[in-house]
Amino acid sequence: MRSPDLGFRIGIGVFAAALVIIVVGIGITLANDSWLSLQKFGLNFWRTSNWDPVAGDFGALPFIWGTLYSSVLALLMATPVALGIAVFISELCPPFLRAPLIFLTELLAAIPSIVYGLWGIFVLVPVVRSVETTLPESVRTLPFFSGPPFGVGMLAAALILAVMVVPFTSAVAREVLKTVPMTQREAAYALGATRFEAIRAAMFFARTGIIGAVMLGFGRALGETMAVTMVIGNNPQVALSLFAPQYTMAAVIANEFTEAANALYLSALIEIGLVLFIITLLVNMLSRGLIWSMARQVQVKAAA
Amino acid sequence: MNVTRTPPARKILSALFVVACGLAVVVALVPLAFVLFFVISQGVQSLNLDFFLHNPRPVGEVGGGMANAIVGTLILTGLAATLAVPIGILSGVYLSEYRGSRFASTVRFAADTLNGVPSIVIGVFAYAVVVLPLGHFSTLAGGFALGIMMIPIIARTTEELLLLVPNALREGALALGATRARAVFGVIVPAALPGIITGVVLALARIAGETAPLLFTSFNNAFFSTSLTQPISSITVQVFTYAISPYEDWHRQAWAGALVLVTIVLICSMAARMAAARVARIRGQ
Amino acid sequence: MAQFQIRYIALTLAATLLTACGGGTTQPVTADNGGASGGSQALQINGAGATFPNPVYSKWFSEYNKLHPNIRINYQSIGSGGGIQQVTNQTVFFGATDGPMNDEQLKAAPGAILHFPTVLGAVVPVYNIPGLAEDLKFTGQTLADIYLGKIKKWNDPAMAKLNPGVKLPATDITVVHRSDGSGTTYIFVDYLSKVSPEFKSQVGVNTSVKWPEGVGGKGNEGVSGLVTQTPGSIGYVELIYALQNKISFGSVQNAAGEFVKASVDSVTKAAAAEAASMPADFRVSITNAPGAGAYPISSFTWLLLYEDPKDKASGKAMVDFVTWALTDGQKYCADLGYAPLPANVVMLEQAALSRIKVS
Repeated sequence: MRSPDLGFRIGIGVFAAALVIIVVGIGITLANDSWLSLQKFGLNFWRTSNWDPVAGDFGALPFIWGTLYSSVLALLMATPVALGIAVFISELCPPFLRAPLIFLTELLAAIPSIVYGLWGIFVLVPVVRSVETTLPESVRTLPFFSGPPFGVGMLAAALILAVMVVPFTSAVAREVLKTVPMTQREAAYALGATRFEAIRAAMFFARTGIIGAVMLGFGRALGETMAVTMVIGNNPQVALSLFAPQYTMAAVIANEFTEAANALYLSALIEIGLVLFIITLLVNMLSRGLIWSMARQVQVKAAA
Repeated sequence: MNVTRTPPARKILSALFVVACGLAVVVALVPLAFVLFFVISQGVQSLNLDFFLHNPRPVGEVGGGMANAIVGTLILTGLAATLAVPIGILSGVYLSEYRGSRFASTVRFAADTLNGVPSIVIGVFAYAVVVLPLGHFSTLAGGFALGIMMIPIIARTTEELLLLVPNALREGALALGATRARAVFGVIVPAALPGIITGVVLALARIAGETAPLLFTSFNNAFFSTSLTQPISSITVQVFTYAISPYEDWHRQAWAGALVLVTIVLICSMAARMAAARVARIRGQ
Repeated sequence: MAQFQIRYIALTLAATLLTACGGGTTQPVTADNGGASGGSQALQINGAGATFPNPVYSKWFSEYNKLHPNIRINYQSIGSGGGIQQVTNQTVFFGATDGPMNDEQLKAAPGAILHFPTVLGAVVPVYNIPGLAEDLKFTGQTLADIYLGKIKKWNDPAMAKLNPGVKLPATDITVVHRSDGSGTTYIFVDYLSKVSPEFKSQVGVNTSVKWPEGVGGKGNEGVSGLVTQTPGSIGYVELIYALQNKISFGSVQNAAGEFVKASVDSVTKAAAAEAASMPADFRVSITNAPGAGAYPISSFTWLLLYEDPKDKASGKAMVDFVTWALTDGQKYCADLGYAPLPANVVMLEQAALSRIKVS
């Protein structure tokens, strides 16, 4: 390689390396600063529910419960909607509608999370509260619906998360569906399939990619902070009820970070951040892996 | 049996499916309409000259505005861009020029990872790395946190845009004896520049709306400040503070702030996407 | 914290990426810019802490800035726990708290921290019962039982006995507390622990406690917001938040057996008993104070200042400010529902202020 070219490669390589250093730095910093808590509590940190800053006893189970519960609920609500949109835009809608619909769904993604939170507090929570109060007694006794009607709680948080996740899942699913070769659909139609059946065939073909899209949405839901913390009630408890105020990992860090009054408290919060980092890392890796493997599959099949 | 007619059951199922998909679109657009309606209707009432020109009044007093917050957001995003644009674009250049190398794969993986890190975690990182050593909250810390979030977006968009530049351009430049550097910076990057700028604008739009990473980096400031080493107000943190307060006047201002935020973000996103669409059309994608 | 010195690899590498190296190497704690030592240039001092006195503090800092335009004191109300934490870390110049720092916290600070009481305030039990015209009466015991989850409905016999003739609804009590580290919490649980041994053993006294139940709101602001929006709820906030937002609040039975509603007068009476025997470091609790007409959930609130601050200019400015606050500033208290400090306390404080090394 000519030396100017080598200089060029190293020169911009330094900046590229900065990216890697930042990511590694985040991991190292989080691990280092949560050392105190890791040492003191070990695995019990994640098995116990007692979050007691007074006694210096920290059990983070309620946060991981709240994070997973809210994200899974959000996923259950968002996935059918997101996939429906993706299918509609890529397969069913008239061409003139395509661009505006894509624009509108991306608008959903562009709205800042704090605005969703603001809307959540003043609009969604009162609506959820009135729904809670008008539910018949027989339903209220079920474990999923028990508890006083705060308005703030798991349901409100899951609803907002679902709204925020839809555009991500739908955009990726749309891209994935685009890579399905036309031959798949043509073959289905040739065999006499209805619209639904042809699309089902295409979706089956793209299933790994679609699962990847869903997981990407999941990863997004896991890390969402502001909108959730404004409507979830901020109570560290493991509860099944949709009406119960609960807490997520991101929300507790946002609320309590500036006041962690001693090293152990701060370390416990940073450990929560570390675990959040690792979980989102794994989910995103998995989702990208799935999407990539589907793209490979298409390439291979196309070449065959 | 007539094999050319589809049984009605399957037809109905198909029709139901189509309707369901259409319904999904409507369901998704309802909250969008809802949110925009409230932000606009509530926010417009409180937008006045006062809001843009004045700083917050003491607690409980009516009036005052978010002048310091608006300026704060502009300074923070500007600072973030100063950090992120060089690193992002040059990383993108590396990723496209040396696509196949192992290091490029590592960088790409790092960029995708960073993209998925929750913003609150980035805030914690910026606190440990900037706030603690400096000894206080500062605009720098906030800009640092936001900048980190921008880098992967800019890097990946730059990479993809550079790949779209026809190879003929690169080959032509190299054939004329240009060094790699000259070819890239003199020919290829300028060719992709509109798209790169789009990527930067999109990244700016995304971080302008971020709150979590600012909570314990740039903190907040009741006064008008442009200093880099002092805490600074920002629209997002201010909206958050006002939203969870009990004061009616603050709630009004929160909606107004949300309106300003949404307007900034939407204008940037729209402009970027229109530009990108034009670029794509020109490229014949 | 020595802990954080270890990961210098990530730190130095990431720090080189910072474009504006205004900070450069680790600077000693300065709340203002490097060159703002003169009187003509603006001096910005950052503080954080209690939400309890935030209304009067923000008024004070605004008025003081009008008198001294070159001194800007930026106060962020993030809760007493945050105030203690940030001043210990020296990420802010001064802190504010309604729960005095305990010995352990004082030892953890890099230098000696002094407490300066600024005003007296009251924590009131606010509630939201639509259609209720009268003010409710509470005892310390009923409040403790509500927050322990033992009294679950508004028309519980214990509440009915205290409020004869009042039509209490059969709705569940929605308990609201603080989600952040709070001096207001400290005052409230300090009082409850004094009147209910069960509360003391189950919950304890601190700025952040493990609540047996309820929803968490961020700051006095958050709790007020939640109570106003949730019918059937009960919460505890500083008096001014109830007054400014027109939330109903009840009277509480004091040590003398009277039901007293919080007011400037009843809070002043609560402080009167303690004022005579104020300890030298000003850390004192006046909840459940003896004496007629005393409001049982009253408290001082303190500013936290280092005895030997690194930034002398800011130190001097803060000493001047506190002197002003203890004298002229007190006239803003009553309008905002805070009680001014007893005269002898002010004198003791002015003497203590001279301990701060400003040169």
